[in-house]
This record gives sequence, C-alpha cells and structure tokens, in this order.
Amino acid sequence: MAIRDDVLVVGGGLAGIAAALAASDHADVRLLSHKQSTLRNASGLIDVLGYPPDAGDEAEPIVDPFDAFGDVPDGHPYERVGSEAVREGLALFDDAVGDAYRGGHTDRNALVPTHGGTVKPTARYPKSAAAGLASDGRDALLVGFASLTDFDAPLAADHLAAAGVPFETRGVTIPFPGDFRDDAKVTRYAHALDRNESLNGTPARTALAEAVEPHLDGEARVGFPAVLGDDDPAGVRASLADTLGADVFEVPMGPPSLPGLRLEDRLYDALDEAGVRVTTGNPAVDVETVDDRIRAVVVNRTGQPVPYHADQVVLATGGLVGKGIDSDRESVREPVFDCHVPHPEDRYDWFEGDAFGDHPFARFGVDVDRDLRPLAADGSIEYENLRAAGSVLGGYDFAAEKSGSGVSLATGYAAGDAAGRAAASGATSDPAAGGTDGATIHGDTQ
Amino acid sequence: MSDAESPDDDFEPVQVFGDETDMDLRPGSDDCYKCSTCDTNCPVAEVDDEFPGPKFQGPEQWRLKRKEDHDIDDSVMKCSNCMRCDDACPSNVPLSQMHNTARGEYVDEQMDKLSVEYLRNRMLSNYRFFANLGSKVPRLTNFVLGLGVSSWLGEKVMGISSERDMPEFATQTFREWWDERGGAQVENPDKRVAYFHGCYSNYNTPEVGKAMVRVFEEFGYEVMVPPQRCSGTPMFANGMLDDARRAAETNVEEFVAAIGEGADVIASCTSCSMSLRQEYPELFDLHGIDDLAANTYESVEYLRIHEDLEGELEDTEVDFPDVAYHAPCHARNQGLAGQAVEVTESIDGVDAHDVGDSCSGISGTYGWKEENYDTSMKIGEEMFEHMEAADADTGMTECPTCAMQMEHGTGYEIKHPLELLETALVEA
Repeated sequence: MAIRDDVLVVGGGLAGIAAALAASDHADVRLLSHKQSTLRNASGLIDVLGYPPDAGDEAEPIVDPFDAFGDVPDGHPYERVGSEAVREGLALFDDAVGDAYRGGHTDRNALVPTHGGTVKPTARYPKSAAAGLASDGRDALLVGFASLTDFDAPLAADHLAAAGVPFETRGVTIPFPGDFRDDAKVTRYAHALDRNESLNGTPARTALAEAVEPHLDGEARVGFPAVLGDDDPAGVRASLADTLGADVFEVPMGPPSLPGLRLEDRLYDALDEAGVRVTTGNPAVDVETVDDRIRAVVVNRTGQPVPYHADQVVLATGGLVGKGIDSDRESVREPVFDCHVPHPEDRYDWFEGDAFGDHPFARFGVDVDRDLRPLAADGSIEYENLRAAGSVLGGYDFAAEKSGSGVSLATGYAAGDAAGRAAASGATSDPAAGGTDGATIHGDTQ
Repeated sequence: MSDAESPDDDFEPVQVFGDETDMDLRPGSDDCYKCSTCDTNCPVAEVDDEFPGPKFQGPEQWRLKRKEDHDIDDSVMKCSNCMRCDDACPSNVPLSQMHNTARGEYVDEQMDKLSVEYLRNRMLSNYRFFANLGSKVPRLTNFVLGLGVSSWLGEKVMGISSERDMPEFATQTFREWWDERGGAQVENPDKRVAYFHGCYSNYNTPEVGKAMVRVFEEFGYEVMVPPQRCSGTPMFANGMLDDARRAAETNVEEFVAAIGEGADVIASCTSCSMSLRQEYPELFDLHGIDDLAANTYESVEYLRIHEDLEGELEDTEVDFPDVAYHAPCHARNQGLAGQAVEVTESIDGVDAHDVGDSCSGISGTYGWKEENYDTSMKIGEEMFEHMEAADADTGMTECPTCAMQMEHGTGYEIKHPLELLETALVEA
C-alpha cells in the first residue's frame, strides 16, 4: 500500500495545475488526471472577469476586474476566495509561463478579437495575439485558409467592423500552400511551419508569406488563424512578418487549439520543474475514508481499484465539459467524492427554453466554504481534508461572465496553497497500514 | 426543445432502438463530439498526409459503414495501434476498439489472402511461431538473419525493411532457464503471481524474465509460469483477429486457472499487459476474460501497489549507468508513464531522464514494414533527439519494440526497469 504523497490533486486542467504548483511550495505533490485536459479545447486566453455576473445580455464589458469583484454575488468563487487570491493565482500563472504571455502590466482587461469576429475582454493573452488587440488603431488584414473552415476571415472582419473597432479591417480567404489534405489537422499546418518544410520546392514560411503578399494593401498587421507553429511560434511569426513587412498575429480558434496546446506544454513543464509527480490515464472513481477524512483516492485501473494515499486532497475535475460534474435524467452529481451538488428536483427546471437563455445548469457545481471545502446538503463540511477548485465549483457561469481561467487560477492557488500548508504542518498523518472502510482491494497482502 | 414542456411519463428515448444483441459500437460513435483531440495526438497523422486520422478511422467510418455500400477504407492498415487516441479522448470513445474491429473486417473481407502483403503481415504477427523455430537453433538463426542477403531478400520478397537488424535470439530461452533452475524457488500460498512473459522476454531477452523472477522472489512471491501464447498485440495491429482469438483462448484458460490458485497476473512488456487488460475484453467474449483483465498488472506497478517498493529502494545504491527513459505508448495508456522515473528517484547512483511524451514510432510490427520504415523513423525523430540530449548513454523502456527502435536510432544499449530493480534489490 505504498503509493502516497502529501498532497493529491485530482484533475489536470488549469485549476489542478495551479493547485499542484501552489502546493509544491510546501509539500510533495502528485497530480492525477484521467484524460488530457480541456486546455486544448480552450482559446488559450486567460479571462478573469469580462462581464458582471447575472447582468444579462445588455451588459457592458468590464474595464478592470479588480474594481468589479466587490459586486459578485454570495457563493461566487471570487466571493469565496477574495481578490488577493486572484492576484496570487495570476502571479503563479505569470511565473509558470514566463514571456509566452502578455497583459500582466495592468489590472485592466485587454480586448482580443476572436475567430468569430467578436471582441473578448481578457486578462492575459498569448504573445502571438499581442499585435491583434482591438484597442490598437492600426489597420488589419485577416487571412483565412480555404481548408480551415473554422475561420471565415471576411465574415470575422465584417463582425469586427460592426463591433465598432477603431481601425479598418478586411478579410481574405486563400488556399494554404502545398498539397495538404482537405481535412488536414491543425497540427499538420503548425508542424509544416515549425520545420519550415519544403512545399513544392519553397520553404513553408516563405510560401505562406508569398501567398498573402498580393492581398496586402498597406495594412500594418496581418492576422492568421492560430496555427502558426507549435514548437516555434515566435520564429514562424517573425519569418512571416519579415517577408510581409507587417506585424503578424494569431486569432484564437476553437478546438483543437494550438494556443491551448502550447499553454498545456508550458504548464506541464512548470509542474516538472516544481517536482510535481504526474500520473495520467486512469479515472479517480472512489474514496477511502477514516472518520471524516479522506485516506486515499481510489483510481480505477481497468476494473482494478488502486489506492493513492494522501494527507490532503484537491478536487479539480472540471465542470460539465470536463466531466467533473455529471448528470443523468434524475439528478446532477459530482462522481468522484459524491460531493453535494445543489440543483432543482425537477429536470425541467435545469434549463431555459431559449437556447442562449440564462440556464441554471451553467451554475451547477459543488458548494464550498471560504476555505474551499465542499459542503454537504446540510451545510456541514464533506471531508476535513478535501478542497475544490475550478469549474467543479458552482455558483458562477464562466461562459457568460468570461471568468473561467481566472476562477481556476484563483481557486486552484487558494486550494493548493492551503492543502500544501496543512500537509506541511503535519496536522495528522495516516499510518498507511490499517483497516479500509472504502474499497477493499483484491490481492491485498498486508 | 419545443416539446420539452409535456413529457410523456411512459416514454423513454432509448425505446427508439431495437433490442440489439450483437456487439454494437454505436454508443462510442454517439459519444464523439468531434473535438479532434485524438487527431492532434495521432503520431501517424502528424507525419503522413495520406492518413485521415483516428476520428475518421473510428466513429466517422463506423457511421459510413451503416450503409451497406461502403467498404472499410484501406488507410486503416496505416494505423499503428499505438492507442494514443484512447488516452486522448475526453469522452471515452473506444477508438482503438473501433480501429481493431474495422481492421479485422478489412483483412477478412477486402484483403487478398494470396498477396505478399497479407502473407508478410501474417508472418510478422505470428512472430512467436517463427521465433519458436529459430530458438531451437539460435546461433544458426542469428547467423543466417545477420547475412546481408537475408535482409535483402526479406525486403525484396516480403516487404520487411532491410534497414532493420533482426533481433538476436538468446542461446537459452527464459522457459529453458526456468525449467533448468527447477521452477519456483519460493513457495508461498498467500503471495502468488503468474508471469506472462510474452514472446520477447522468452526468446530474445530472457534477462528481463530472470530479473522479474528474482525481484518478485526477493519480495517473497511464489512465481508461476503457466503455458502461454502470444498476447495478440501484433495480430490486432495487422487485423488478424482469428489468430489473436486462438492465442487468447489458450492464455485466458491458463491464466484464469492460475488466478483460481490465488495468483495475480504480471507482465513485463507493457503491450502484453495492455492486451490482456483492454483489448481482450473489448474484442473477445471468452469465459473468464474479464477476470483476467481485472487481475493483470505490469510488474513494477504491482510492486508499487502491493509492496513498499520505494521504501525498500530508499537505502540502495547501485552501480548502473544513467538512463534515458522512454515511456511506451502502451504504458502511457495504462497510466504508467511516470512510474519508472519515480522508482529510479529512490535509488542512489543512477539517474533516469524522461525523454518526453513522443511515440517511438516502431509500434511493434508497424515499423518493420518496408513501406512504413520512413514514417516510423520520422515519428521517432523527436525521441532520438531527446535521447541524444539527455545526460545518459543507455536507454530504458518496458517495451521490446520501443527498445529496438531506441537502439536502432541511437546505438544505445537498452535496459528494462526490472533489470535496474534486480541490480538494486537482489544483487546489492
């Protein structure tokens, strides 16, 4: 019964990574994750708070999130941890990603164009998007590729114009040079540019710049879908900018997202540098307890329960998309620790009739105290040594208020820091041997 | 949903389906929400523009097949069965199961049984049959296979890449050694393990098998070595599901009997444990197959779970070269990618450097095929670079064919984690 760590973080997304990094300052940490994180489905932007919670469709974007935290409702994750945790979470992020991100020079939101032509208020953005900010007055050309249907450059340009950006913008669609498949993967374009592969005799970066050049009409900057390299995005942009004589930026895209993949790589490197042990590939499904404490998290390894012992545990399994919150026709559940998830009895009260309405399910999640410990239906603490972070938490609609990454970083930092300190103070320690009142393990030879 | 206001209490949506009794992969297709995460993880799609990727090979092809007029696309033979798509998928779509099923159907119904390609694939996937013959006269076999003319003929006639060196046969197989030492040296009805040594540890690297036996005996386990056949891994990858089923019948029967005697099943090759754990129950319906899947472990994993392995290693010091460790895809998919490096951390005198999460590119028989050789080396490029950059001149991995590729690309000698444990725990 020998796999044990001071702190065990369940979940490998932004919240889990932040928790593991914060805890690693004080204790030995293991991060468990079942599948690859939803970071690769995300834009790579780090939103803190773009719109006021519960403000409806007509809300104005928030200029400075730190001026708005005082107005978040009770039970919102930001109300639980306070604005200082947001600062600490962002500092932890900035430290982990180094110079790959921009936006840390100010508390104010930046305005970043998206592939739909909307403008998103966000706190941190990849360096690759820096030349594309909507607050920049320079004219922009948007370039889309015929085979990458997720980005319709002329349509995005029209949308931006309609949104009232302070510059002229046009969009053109060109074929990507070379003979790629019509359904080539985004990584295929990225790697061809990384390696500057020869495309019909011309190096990829040159071929792409030459294909764009005839369409350039004096614009000072050119935006591409975010496929400009995976390992060497800065080099790819520099080569293109050199040939075009204009700044080059990426427009964040939907899944699978290169900025998300790059961010994931960088954050996992940071975990490695912090000495966090990472175990992936199998789901956490159950828990062994002693009194009101978690003794071990049980991982299901193709039908065989394997216990991972820890002194402190952080739950960061994600929300509806990350599958940290699950539902069936009867109820909504948190499947690993069976923490209470408040929700209406009647399934027909979980959603609104209007597709883009204010759906209650968007706020479903675990209810926590100010130490981020999940609360049972009667308001008592579920487990003394469990804290929750990220989209597994309830009480906020990250898609509407643009707060997903900020909540993950702030609550991840707060949960990880508290767990790490609690483990280091050695408040308790569980002798690994002893009776289990959770899963019994076949072949257990103690 | 406009009709959501008045649910009919007696209606359940699943009623629209008939009572299907055949194994049907439809739920897997329905779970796919087209995020393409699998495509970004596929090592073949990354370097081969002819390969449409796992999302097409699995759920999309399955849907196309609903209409009787669609054959399986022959690109399914380019899938190397690394199974990374399984590990990637956020919705648990059984991608490799879909690929294996499609490939089996393609070979059964569309492949010319007299073609050189079919014969070659059948030969490669039944490696054990030929290894068994070769191991009767290992020195002669090694001599003949080492001749330039043999590899020239192999490529010209059979399509087996002449770039690769045939693996050397051991002069004494693991099973011969086992019999010679008189079987188990430790008897313990309370702690038993049955060793699934697979083909490679038996015929080519018996030192891995010996290390397994000695390490487990050191912990007081009674080791059993039941009769066994190939795990089926190379057969799945070549769509030879009938061959795989025959091998599985023997393995399930023998090892379920061992489980009945209180043993857990241990494999030292991660593709063998993967096969027994995941592919068996996905592809075959044999009595006891789920018990075998649930009670199969990788060797180091088992010791970490059931013994205080790191505690035992805490005060050991070894004279062992530093290693560049590569986690095989099939170890990664079992959640074992980090364990060898973690275990090595406890041992003084040796460092293990993880060479990252790329695929080695050989994928069992895949990289042996003349038409895949270049792709295989392209996929492996990242691993070779990281091995060269790591502060070590010896490699380490659990997978025999990854080991071949590592050696082929760098010239390093490759060790198995069990050999390190043997050095630390048994020889020290």
